[in-house]
Amino acid sequence: MPAIETRDLQRSFDDIVAVAGVDLEVSRGEIYAFLGPNGAGKTTTVRMLTTLLRPSGGSARVAGHDVVEDSAAVRRAIGVALQEAALDPLMTGRELIQLQSTLHGLARDEAKRRGAALLRRVGLEQAADRRVGTYSGGMRRRLDLASALVHEPSVLFLDEPTTGLDPVSRKAIWEEVEKLNREGTTVFLTTQYLEEADKLANRVGIIDNGEIVAEGTPAVLKAEVGHPHLEVVVADGTAERAEEVLARFGKPLPAKDGAALVELERGAAGVAPVVRALDDAGLLVERLDLVEPTLDDVFVEKTGYHLEGAEDAEAAEAAIEEQP
Amino acid sequence: MSERLVADLRVVGALGARAIKQTFRRPQLMAPILVFPTLLLAIQVGGAGRATDLPQFPEVHGFLDFMLAGAMIQATLLAGNSGGIALALDIEMGFTDRLLAAPIPRFAIVLGRLAGSAALGALTAVWFIAIGLLFGARIEEGVPGALVMIAIVTLSAVAFGGIGAAIALRSGKASVVQGLFPLVFVILFLSTAFFPEALLLEPAKSIAEWNPLSFIVEGVRDPVISALSAKSFAESMAALCFVAVVALGLSAAALRARLRTGG
Repeated sequence: MPAIETRDLQRSFDDIVAVAGVDLEVSRGEIYAFLGPNGAGKTTTVRMLTTLLRPSGGSARVAGHDVVEDSAAVRRAIGVALQEAALDPLMTGRELIQLQSTLHGLARDEAKRRGAALLRRVGLEQAADRRVGTYSGGMRRRLDLASALVHEPSVLFLDEPTTGLDPVSRKAIWEEVEKLNREGTTVFLTTQYLEEADKLANRVGIIDNGEIVAEGTPAVLKAEVGHPHLEVVVADGTAERAEEVLARFGKPLPAKDGAALVELERGAAGVAPVVRALDDAGLLVERLDLVEPTLDDVFVEKTGYHLEGAEDAEAAEAAIEEQP
Repeated sequence: MSERLVADLRVVGALGARAIKQTFRRPQLMAPILVFPTLLLAIQVGGAGRATDLPQFPEVHGFLDFMLAGAMIQATLLAGNSGGIALALDIEMGFTDRLLAAPIPRFAIVLGRLAGSAALGALTAVWFIAIGLLFGARIEEGVPGALVMIAIVTLSAVAFGGIGAAIALRSGKASVVQGLFPLVFVILFLSTAFFPEALLLEPAKSIAEWNPLSFIVEGVRDPVISALSAKSFAESMAALCFVAVVALGLSAAALRARLRTGG
């Protein structure tokens, strides 16, 4: 039985169609990323799956329960961390976790024990008795995530969990999500960050104008839009010879910024023979890059435009990689 | 008591405790409940104390005795408004979604808020009784009278809190609920909260005669200025029930509408 299953799920607001017939199947233990720009229908879909919004049409089952007919059972099975961490700034972190525990029916002692353990887990033990209003954005998201876990849900919904966060906080959330998934939690996350989907998700669904336009593993989606290509910059005056050499290894691509390009069907495995051939031809290689297709390429291919925030995310990703 | 009911009552209690803490931690919610009515009471008693000399003014020990009930009900009306503002802020910041996504009966969100209002109502009653006694008021019915006052004020906080909750759930905007603040004074001045009915002019007199608030105020005033009357108590409770049923009905309808549209 899938953790999440929708059939022709729809939602309209008056004349506006927010979700136009979404079919989804998310397996247990999977991380599924719903990727799309603002207004694509991501949050509306999540609100229907978490029983906050009734579908206009179609059906959805979460953890084996129908979101309309058996919404209480759905709510018992899921954890939800909504967009922009809906936290009361006047409560302390500990108070919020304990309230959340009470909402999920935990006894007082169990709520205290579990709350303390979760605060420790997300690194908020020291700040637990401070008011949430004094927390940074990253601390709020970690608290929100912890509060979604008080009842050890089997399915966790994260609506844009890292939007607006600095690279360090984003990395901390990613690590926690990966850890939760290793522990067996199914994670359904929405994001407008390509790298987030690429890094975390087993499968990605791209949603645009309320419809899923592509779905699959990041690798398969990227393979659908093309093979990796090699960019080679050689010493002045030898570019033509380099192009001749490269043409022996795959489909030549138009030169870009002084670099000769060739599509490599075998990806990284095809690089070594190219390097040897360039060396045998006596060419002095100044730069050589293997460029993989990105989810942005997939997004452009499927929707015709770039995803908002992609550049920001790339910059953030680069900053994350620079972290020790 | 079933296990389910105990769990639901724990949820209502926890949400009520949060509502109380929220009120104490946000001065703009607390000030209208205790500070404004206390100041108004002091100004009215200090400046218009000789109103008791007017013909047709009820027989009272002092003007403060007469005004206490009005101050208490004013405080509960403003507490209802503050509770509505707090609920609307919860909706605006998305906190209500957190509650709606939890496995609790959805009306517990309103009941939790009203449990907090009830506690604040009881606190308000005790505060004004203490202020009154400190400044020379006399409760004719003694301790039983004071308990009746606390009970009616507590219940009125629930009833008026229901109205605040209904408006908050309907509008989802704190500014809308806050905008109704002046209406509280219109309703108060068109009742017997601050003036005896006999001294009001038409059409205010006729409105006050049928204003449920007048019956509620008289129920609180009765044990202070005279012997407790069953008629006054019954009328007060009937008026409270009427307001509470209407308020809770409107709250339930507003919550249903919010859930249907997704807020």
